[in-house]
Amino acid sequence: MFLLLPFDSLIVNLLGISLTVLFTLLLVFIIVPAIFGVSFGIRKVYMKTLLKIFAWATLRMERGAKEKNHQLYKPYTNGIIAKDPTSLEEEIKEIRRSGSSKALDNTPEFELSDIFYFCRKGMETIMDDEVTKRFSAEELESWNLLSRTNYNFQYISLRLTVLWGLGVLIRYCFLLPLRIALAFTGISLLVVGTTLVGYLPNGRFKEFLSKHVHLMCYRICVRALTAIITYHDRKNRPRNGGICVANHTSPIDVIILASDGYYAMVGQVHGGLMGVIQRAMVKACPHVWFERSEVKDRHLVAKRLTEHVQDKSKLPILIFPEGTCINNTSVMMFKKGSFEIGATVYPVAIKYDPQFGDAFWNSSKYGMVTYLLRMMTSWAIVCSVWYLPPMTREKDEDAVQFANRVKSAIARQGGLVDLLWDGGLKREKVKDTFKEEQQKLYSKMIVGNHEDRSRS
Amino acid sequence: MGARGSHSAVPPDADSIRRETGFSQASLLRLYHRFQALDRDNKGYLSRMDLQQIGALAVNPLGDRIIESFFPDGNHQVDFAGFARVLAHFRPVDEEDPGMQDPKQPEPLNSRMNKLRFAFQLYDLDRDGKISRNEMLQVLRLMVGVQVTEEQLESIADRTVQEADIDGDGAVSFMEFTKSLEKMNIEQKMSIRILK
Repeated sequence: MFLLLPFDSLIVNLLGISLTVLFTLLLVFIIVPAIFGVSFGIRKVYMKTLLKIFAWATLRMERGAKEKNHQLYKPYTNGIIAKDPTSLEEEIKEIRRSGSSKALDNTPEFELSDIFYFCRKGMETIMDDEVTKRFSAEELESWNLLSRTNYNFQYISLRLTVLWGLGVLIRYCFLLPLRIALAFTGISLLVVGTTLVGYLPNGRFKEFLSKHVHLMCYRICVRALTAIITYHDRKNRPRNGGICVANHTSPIDVIILASDGYYAMVGQVHGGLMGVIQRAMVKACPHVWFERSEVKDRHLVAKRLTEHVQDKSKLPILIFPEGTCINNTSVMMFKKGSFEIGATVYPVAIKYDPQFGDAFWNSSKYGMVTYLLRMMTSWAIVCSVWYLPPMTREKDEDAVQFANRVKSAIARQGGLVDLLWDGGLKREKVKDTFKEEQQKLYSKMIVGNHEDRSRS
Repeated sequence: MGARGSHSAVPPDADSIRRETGFSQASLLRLYHRFQALDRDNKGYLSRMDLQQIGALAVNPLGDRIIESFFPDGNHQVDFAGFARVLAHFRPVDEEDPGMQDPKQPEPLNSRMNKLRFAFQLYDLDRDGKISRNEMLQVLRLMVGVQVTEEQLESIADRTVQEADIDGDGAVSFMEFTKSLEKMNIEQKMSIRILK
C-alpha cells in the first residue's frame, strides 16, 4: 500500500483530467447540439458500422451450423403453420363433400364430420394465434450480439464470443454510464427549467421559453437513449386544437414524439420521480393530468379533454388509444374515447427497428427500472416516425368506425398488421359475444333441415 | 449480464418425445417455443387457464372441449411431452413414415384411427366408448349456442344417432362412428402442417 503513495496524486490528477475531458466532450457533442436541434451525424455512422458487424456475426453462425450439419433456428413472424384462408361455410361444405357419397345438395343438415372443422381450427389456434405473439418481443432473423436475442447458442465460435464480450464491455462500461449521465442531466434540466419558467407571468415570452425548455430536455433524453429517429412528412405535424394519436410500443414513444413537437400530455398522476416531473411540467404549460379516481370516470375525462381541445390556444394532445404496449408488429383495437370528442385527429405511425435494441415494454415481465436498464444497454433505438395527414370524423361514421379508419391508416403506413383484437387481451379473457358469431354462422348450416323433414 | 433470452435451446426429453410423436427436430423446436410463449409464468407446464387466454380459441364453440383433451385422467397440468402428444394427432400423414411400414411398431399417433379416436372423444364426454343421444345433444348445443330451439336440436340429434347406429342400441360406438366416416379424407382434414 505504501508503494501507491507516490502515484496517488498522479492517479487523482489523471482521474480529474479525464472526467473534465469527458464532460467537455459531452457538452460539445451532445448537449449543445441538443439545445439547437442540430446533429453531427455521429449516430448514423455508428448505426452503419453496427449493421456490418451484425451481418458478419450471422454469417459466422450459419457457417458454424453448416459444419455441424444443422439448420439455424430462424423465427417466423408470420406464424409457424400453413393456413388456408377459407370461411366456415366453405370448409364444412368441403368436409361433407369429401365424406359423402350422396349427391351434393344445398339443404341445411348436420353431419358427424362437422366437428372436424372446429377441432382443427381450435388446434391451429393453440399452435399459433395472432394475439399471443404480439405481447412478447419480436424475434430477429439475424443476431445482434445481445445475449437476450440469441436462440442458437451452440453455434457461436470463439471469435464471436470475443466480439460479444467486447460488445458487453462497450455497452456496460462506456455507453451505460454516458447514457445515465445524459438522462440525469436531461431530467434535472426539465424539472428546474419548467419550474423557473413557471414563475414568469403568462404571455408570449413564457410560451416561447417553455417550448424550448421542453424541446431541449427531450432532445437530451433522446441522445441519452442513443435514439436514431427519422421523421417523415413533417408538414403534417399536429397543430393546436387537435389530437395526436399514435401506436404504442413503450413509454419511450412519448420522448420520441415530444422531441420533435410541442404537445400537451395526458396521463395519470404518479408518485415518486414521475410525480415530481409532472408537477414541474404543468407549471410551465397546461398538461392534462388526472387523479387516479378521476381516470375511472369516462365522462369526466371526455369533458376535460373536450375543454382543452376547444381552446385553440392550447397545445395538441398526445394520446395512445391502444391503452397498452404492443410489440410493434401490429396495431390493436383503438379505444373509442378520444375519437368521440370531435376534434381533428393527427395520426402518427411509429415503427422501431428491433435490430439495434427492442423498445417493446413487456410490463408483465419487466418493471420500469429493469426496462430502462435494458434500453440503455442496447446498441441504439432506431425508429421511423410518419406524420399522416389529419383526419376528421365523417357525418355517417360513429366513433368506433372512425377509430378503425385511423387505425388502418397507421397500420398501413408503418407496415404493421391491422388487428381487431383488443389490447386488453394481454390481461383478460375475450368476451363471450364473439363466440356467438361463430355459432350463428354454423346454425345457418344445420337448421332448416328439420322444417323440411317435418313436412315430408 | 443482460437477461438470458426467454427461449431455452432444446426441450427436455427431446429424443423420446420425437420418437413418440414423429415430429422432426425443427418442428419440435417450434412447438417448444410456442409452449414457452403460452406458459406466461414460466411454470414449465400449462394449465387450463393458459389455454383459455388464447382469444381465437375462446371464440371457438368447442374451445372448452378441445382444451379438455389436453388434460386426460383428471390432470390439471400438461407438460411439454403431453402437449406434443396431443398435437401429434394432427401431424400430416407422411407415406415414408417408418411407423407405418413396420407392423410390429405401435400405431403412430397421427394414423387415421388415432385421428378418428381424437374426434370421437370430443363427442364422448364420459369416455364410455359410446356417444349417447344426450352427449350428441350436448355437443350440438355447444356448436349452435342459443340460435336453435331445443326441439329442432333434439330431432337433429335423434336423426344423426339413428343414421349411424347399426346395432340398434341407441348410441354410436367407435366402430359405428368410423363406419359412417369411412369415405372421409380424415388424413387431410385433421392435419396441420408446420412450416420448416
